[in-house]
Amino acid sequence: MLLVEAWQFIVAHPDRFFGALLTHVTLSAAALALATAIALPTGVWLAGTRRAASIAIATANVGRTLPSLAVLALVMPLLGTGFLPSLFALTLLALPPILLNSYTGIRQVEPEIVDAARGMGMTRGEIVRKVELPIATPVIFAGIRTAAVQVVSGAVLAAYIGGGGLGDFITAGIAMMALPQLLVGAIPATLLALGADQLFGRLQRALTPKGL
Amino acid sequence: MIDIIGLVKQFPGTARPAVDHLTLTIADGEVCVLIGPSGCGKTTTMRVINRMIEPDAGTVKVRGRDIFDIDPVSLRRSIGYVIQQVGLFPHWTIAENVATVPRLLGWKPAKIRTRTDELLTLVGMAPEIYRDRVPRELSGGQKQRVGVARALAADPPVMLMDEPFGALDPITRARLQGEFLNILRGLKKTIVFVTHDIDEAIRMGDRIAILKDGALVQYDTPERILAAPADSFVEAFVGADRALKRLSLIPVTSACEPWPGTPPPNTIAAEASLRDALARMLEADVDRLAVVDADERFVGALTLQAIRAHSADAAPVARIQRFP
Repeated sequence: MLLVEAWQFIVAHPDRFFGALLTHVTLSAAALALATAIALPTGVWLAGTRRAASIAIATANVGRTLPSLAVLALVMPLLGTGFLPSLFALTLLALPPILLNSYTGIRQVEPEIVDAARGMGMTRGEIVRKVELPIATPVIFAGIRTAAVQVVSGAVLAAYIGGGGLGDFITAGIAMMALPQLLVGAIPATLLALGADQLFGRLQRALTPKGL
Repeated sequence: MIDIIGLVKQFPGTARPAVDHLTLTIADGEVCVLIGPSGCGKTTTMRVINRMIEPDAGTVKVRGRDIFDIDPVSLRRSIGYVIQQVGLFPHWTIAENVATVPRLLGWKPAKIRTRTDELLTLVGMAPEIYRDRVPRELSGGQKQRVGVARALAADPPVMLMDEPFGALDPITRARLQGEFLNILRGLKKTIVFVTHDIDEAIRMGDRIAILKDGALVQYDTPERILAAPADSFVEAFVGADRALKRLSLIPVTSACEPWPGTPPPNTIAAEASLRDALARMLEADVDRLAVVDADERFVGALTLQAIRAHSADAAPVARIQRFP
């Protein structure tokens, strides 16, 4: 019964539903892209250092344990409400898993492989591009996959700070005790998270070189 | 020719230098084995030659050129590099691994392909079978064959080999030692070969440099090192069976004598070593053997006295000069 009513709600308000869905996906995708652009190079760079790495990795580990809602709540007094503060908070949320996996992925490349690469005359950049990154691909992608699921789920909470997305239906549904409307947000949000997990799982397998 | 001159390297936090005023000249086309107990500086010395380690003092000249005048990256591309753990790139095929340096040097794909197949054949890996395989599908011995092919790819005049057979089982090791000795001799490469295995050093080396505490103790041919160890350290290092090791380096033909009478009943092949001959005598309980060539023709006789004479003619060797 509830599902039918939820479906009827979508049919009655297609603009609101698809608008929210689009915002949700845009917000998540942008946050994930930003986080990858920041955390992947940083993780790779940290793997080549000693001192900076331990501090950054400790920070990232703490960051990973922060609840999503807390991150959003912390951002609001600083940046206010709306799409951009939500994007900022979600990016923050996605950084730790990508950073940690990029760092670990590069660090676990066997030292003798790097030694052979260097001994044969690869530059530092060539070692990173041709050897370390391809070997670390499965681990790095596992990090992006974790971050993707976290961001898509976390984006539901963006509604609390006016970020829009599917969370709008959930908060409104809870406020008005309107269960069908709540499901209009909850079910697609869940499916999106599952879909993101699948998508990045496939990408991870497709991009892993066959020798690994 | 490789000239190592007054090399000094001390790693931070260590009590004494890893390499301490080492001077050594390696002739073109020779296999020079650096050997000594762990911590003697053999690997450090080798790794200075392709500038994987920067020394504190001293210099190295490869074919007259100071290596510190050459950009490390282009220097390394011109020197073959083989390590014990091989370090094949797991995400590349065998062909791509062999082509590493040619690709870095920007060779044309057709030339790379011809060269790769040629090298795989040279190291005994049929290209049509192995070209498109990946490293994890190979055995340890096969991996090192590919490792050597990869180091040879751009035809470098100098090769550095750091315990290349150290991780292999004894049977595979013996087979690869024999094969690669022939391959590398045939290619006239100048080779710096690091090992801690004296038998391998005797087998592979044209010259052996014995190092201790970062300094050169003796630098000589395997025959001379066995016949006349410079001091008690070298004597202990080459082992109590050095007389036997020495015999293994002398071919039967060099002790073979003309024999007018009937040939002795037991035979030994002309290409065998005196060590093989001695074992044959003990086995058959005789004191002379008929030496026969590849066509089983009698060429002379080998007596126990002749073997004795060869094992005893150790000429005294002056102690090598220690450089300040």
